[in-house]
Amino acid sequence: MHAVVVMILQRLALGVLTLFVVSLVIFGATELLPGDLASSLLGQSATPETVAALRRQMGLDLPAPVRYWDWLTGVLQGDFGVSLATRRPIADMLSARLGNTVFLALYAAAIAVPLSLILGVLAALWRNSIFDRVANAGALSAISFPEFFVAYILIFLLAQSGYFPSMTRLSPAMSLGDKLYVTFLPALTLTLVVTAHMMRMTRAAIINLMASPYIEMARLKGLSPLRIVLRHALPNALAPIINVIALNLAYLITGVVVVEVVFVYPGLGQLMVDSVSKRDIAVVQAIALIFASAYVLLNLTADVLSTLTNPRLMRRK
Amino acid sequence: MAVLIFLAAFIAASIPLSWLFRAGLARALPRHMAVVARDMPLTAAFGLWVIALYILVAFFAPLLAPFPERAVVGTQFQPWDSAHWLGTDRLGRDMLSRLIYGARNTVGIAFATTALAFIVGSLLGIWAALRGGWLDQVLSRFVDALMAIPSLIFSLLLLTIFGTTVMTLIFVIAAVDATRVYRIARSVAQGVVVMDYIEAARLRGEGNWYLIRREILPNALAPLVAEFGLRFCFVFLTISSLSFLGLGIQPPTADWGSMVRDNATLITFGDVTPLLPAGAIALLTVAVNFVVDWQLYRASGLKEQG
Repeated sequence: MHAVVVMILQRLALGVLTLFVVSLVIFGATELLPGDLASSLLGQSATPETVAALRRQMGLDLPAPVRYWDWLTGVLQGDFGVSLATRRPIADMLSARLGNTVFLALYAAAIAVPLSLILGVLAALWRNSIFDRVANAGALSAISFPEFFVAYILIFLLAQSGYFPSMTRLSPAMSLGDKLYVTFLPALTLTLVVTAHMMRMTRAAIINLMASPYIEMARLKGLSPLRIVLRHALPNALAPIINVIALNLAYLITGVVVVEVVFVYPGLGQLMVDSVSKRDIAVVQAIALIFASAYVLLNLTADVLSTLTNPRLMRRK
Repeated sequence: MAVLIFLAAFIAASIPLSWLFRAGLARALPRHMAVVARDMPLTAAFGLWVIALYILVAFFAPLLAPFPERAVVGTQFQPWDSAHWLGTDRLGRDMLSRLIYGARNTVGIAFATTALAFIVGSLLGIWAALRGGWLDQVLSRFVDALMAIPSLIFSLLLLTIFGTTVMTLIFVIAAVDATRVYRIARSVAQGVVVMDYIEAARLRGEGNWYLIRREILPNALAPLVAEFGLRFCFVFLTISSLSFLGLGIQPPTADWGSMVRDNATLITFGDVTPLLPAGAIALLTVAVNFVVDWQLYRASGLKEQG
């Protein structure tokens, strides 16, 4: 067990380092601003005095490392500063929306992961059959579709006729069943977008393994194809599959941005898009940091999990 | 229902069309290329003729479009009729004309962005592989740091900082995408720089630029071309998504992403018109993916074990 703990600690340390670098990049990006934040906020007509006053108020007269340190310590304590557009604390704006976005992503993942594993295994099992070909062509097309196209097709087919609402209105008093019903279309859109990818990778991972000698042995023993795939191929294909799942969950993070806008879903992505058009850099920074952290953590988890499923990876140097 | 029937008819019609296109190519091309054309799968032929169609439409947009790109020529949200084949949009501009001009704007901007990302990314990647040492380390770690942030999120952050004009859009997306190209180009070039002929060229006293241009690029081209197709799809989808979010190509320029956004309300009334620009995006991406799939298959020379 000792080696496992060391491995996990190593990966965690690496993850913390990555997060630190990510925060540096996100903070550093604002330093690229021509002029600075105060002058671009006030526009060209502002007098030098008002610019200087705003600069002092926002702490922009301090050197960049000091400001970075203040920002980082604030973020670590859950204080993201105030929005430039509304002057409200960013943490308040984020809290409810973060929950909504996580709910939507988990909902989509709960449908997409089992579905794509089953489809992938079936496609590998019946490869080159008509099912495999249709599934593959469908997957390749689904990957090529922009998310909003998928979303509007679903609205056209399912919402227009009144089966599901095309706009998501959430209220805290809703029961879980209502919530699941109201968010079904956004979740289905995300599911369709990520399932294609995961299915293709699952299929490829299993087909890759089907050529190995121990599978041939199992086949010669007379085992049924389903048993070969489930008991012999799947456990060894877990590492790549876990990686693909994590990659796609991370992809869900960016996918929610567009989908939330289509369905007017009160989540982080919609807030981010609004803030970008208002050029509210403080809010965008905060949300970018949250999304990027989720992305880094998912990749970290996938790395640890896939190492655990394959003991050989533990001893790599 | 009508949409499904139309879709089925489209697929049914595209099979013989692709077949004819392939047969025509095999006949028209010189012999060594005709062999390649004859053996390509129908999906790739389909992809090729769709791409050719888009290029033609983009080039001859002013001749094909019945109305000017930005002119208001009717009342708003007119239904389909003989004057306005696809009706009019939110402001009374002709949908068909804007769809045609969109081919020029959306695809053109996506292509320019991909090309820029490729030039910067692949040159830096090859240079890093060629020089090695601290330069390679610095560049690679820098790119790693940038890649730790999801690309759409990073683009949104940069667009907030630099504002949303077409020029910044091109530069921001190209910069974000160049990191991905850098990774590929560097790993491909690393396989090439250890070859004897590079050593020989170095001993002849050739400079870095000569090595990149005459020795490494020709040998790294095949995987880079396939990558170009894939990256084009990504860039195209990203730009369309950003335009759809209102942060990309700005009105009054005709663009498929923002056309969907502007006219989306029609969908809830059962009108398919706003789906057409989105479909145009999807069709081109599918076409490019089909061609790339074929190219990758050809480049790897692998056949799946059955």
